[in-house]
Amino acid sequence: MSKTILEIRELKREFQMGSEIVRALKGISFTVQAGEFVTIMGSSGSGKTTLLNILGCLDKPSIGDYLLDGVDIKKLSRDELAQLRNHKIGFVFQAYNLLPRTSALENVELPLLYNKDISVSERRERAIHALEAVKLADRFDHTPSQLSGGQQQRVAIARALVNEPVMILADEATGNLDSRTSYEIMSLMQDLNQQQGKTIVFVTHEPDIASFSSRTIQLRDGKIQKDTQNKEPRSAKEVLASLPVTEDY
Amino acid sequence: MNILNLIRIAFKALQRNKLRAFLTMLGIIIGVAAVIAMVAIGQGSKQSIHDQLSSMGSNMITVLPSSNLTGGVRIAGSSFQTLTEKDIVALKREAQYITEISPSLTAKGQAINGALNWPTSMQGVSPDYLDIRMLTLKDGIAFTQQDVLTSAKVCLIGQTVIDNLFPNGENPIGKVIRFNKIPFQVIGILNPKGQNAFGQDQDDILIAPYTTIQKRILATIYYQNIYASAASEAVTDAATAEMTSILRTSHRLRDNEDNDFTVRTQAELINTLSSTSGLLTVLLTVIAGISLVIGGIGIMNIMYVSVTERTREIGLRMAIGARGKDIMLQFLMEAILISITGGIIGVILGIVSSNVVTLTLSWPTIVSESSVVLSFIVCAVTGIFFGYYPAQKASRLDPIEALRYE
Repeated sequence: MSKTILEIRELKREFQMGSEIVRALKGISFTVQAGEFVTIMGSSGSGKTTLLNILGCLDKPSIGDYLLDGVDIKKLSRDELAQLRNHKIGFVFQAYNLLPRTSALENVELPLLYNKDISVSERRERAIHALEAVKLADRFDHTPSQLSGGQQQRVAIARALVNEPVMILADEATGNLDSRTSYEIMSLMQDLNQQQGKTIVFVTHEPDIASFSSRTIQLRDGKIQKDTQNKEPRSAKEVLASLPVTEDY
Repeated sequence: MNILNLIRIAFKALQRNKLRAFLTMLGIIIGVAAVIAMVAIGQGSKQSIHDQLSSMGSNMITVLPSSNLTGGVRIAGSSFQTLTEKDIVALKREAQYITEISPSLTAKGQAINGALNWPTSMQGVSPDYLDIRMLTLKDGIAFTQQDVLTSAKVCLIGQTVIDNLFPNGENPIGKVIRFNKIPFQVIGILNPKGQNAFGQDQDDILIAPYTTIQKRILATIYYQNIYASAASEAVTDAATAEMTSILRTSHRLRDNEDNDFTVRTQAELINTLSSTSGLLTVLLTVIAGISLVIGGIGIMNIMYVSVTERTREIGLRMAIGARGKDIMLQFLMEAILISITGGIIGVILGIVSSNVVTLTLSWPTIVSESSVVLSFIVCAVTGIFFGYYPAQKASRLDPIEALRYE
């Protein structure tokens, strides 16, 4: 039996907007086991972003429990949450959010700078290793402006991997990319999931992207509409291979 | 997060925008350089004012015989005779704050060179006197202790006397003039000093060994006064007290007896000196303060802009594990790095420009260590003070909003 990475029970999140109370999440429960590749889908306004913020420990639920790797985040202070994010979560954003005019290697090192237990040499070593894992071994000194969108997103993925998190949390990670590059990124995600056993939670609104995952949670109006296991996820590599080679012109 | 990582993060952040970091620094650089150059120029002029005042003999001490009650009658000090060889010997032996000492007595008379004559006075002193009064020779040589011992008939001549006795521009050195019928050989010419504060012509004088005046002209064993110079202005008061006590012992005065002499200092000159330097210091401190505050406001301004502009970066840093404190320290460290680097460059620039001022305008400048240290400390404090609020603003951002900030 695999380990439970993420456990959500009757989670609700409400916002006070003036005199009105907006209920973004209206009671959600699910668990994610280690090694799963989950996509969370939903149209805008479905509570997707709110759920993502809570999963990423950037926000706390109003009611309900959220246990990340056995830790109840409700009891943690702002600083402790920051530390939890540093140790257990790897973020991948739609807009990459790399530091400008900073080399790929330094961008990847960034999370480790906030971990005082890691020495300078270990930091460098792990950053190199992470960049190699996303096949950017020849781009260490390139700054974001010298990299393509897909390469930038791979640097961001390396950054998410470098602190060896229990979960990679991707927010529309392919949203800014063309379909070929999106498939490349998904192929990389599948590799990380299948070969290295990384747990991935991927938020997207594209059903096409969701088909690469092993499980899809569909949100609607702050509730889970569908939670389906995908027995035979598509292989991004095969899709990539089937694309016409002469697409670049 | 350890301090090394912190400095590294702040340094890298500054490196990403070198021009802006430099421009922000510029305020501090100019501020510090201005302070150092100003203080250097101020100190230099203070020193030169000081030197000028010293040349008037600001550390000179004069001992006069004082009026005393003799049988109910007060007698004028100048006619009272109390200062003798014994006092000089005692002072030379015991006084520690005095570097030079000379007795003095003056004879009035007619100086004669051939057919020309001029009423003047001749002052008898020891060779130390020239140093005490900061007198210098334009030509020739001064008399020596040997001349004093032999009561030599030699003299130094002032410009006014030369103008009257040697009107055709001949060189008086080596010439023999007569004073009260006694022939004196002129061995040196005094540099003109002009009038003193009371309108007396200080160049209308002949100077000779005091023994010569005592034995050959006035026939007296007493001195009219004693001149001495204290080691510095600072010890003038101590020297005065010391001389008073030595002279009291030498004159065998009992505790209940008044002094039969008066010791005077150039207190007025000393006061002028210290008030001048005090005013300069205040003025420069104010200028220093203003320029550094302006530099600090520049830092604050840029740091605020920087926080707003880098909102997404702050959001990202928070998302990947930076605590509010880490963000705050990062921005604070950036401000401090800017101000300290600016401070270092400013110090160098200030020293260089002081030297340039000295070389091109030949104004005296003195770069004081205290101004360097002080402006540097003020710099660091400025960085912390003006960097604090922007840093606090950054640390309080909500990571969710910061990440989505456009």
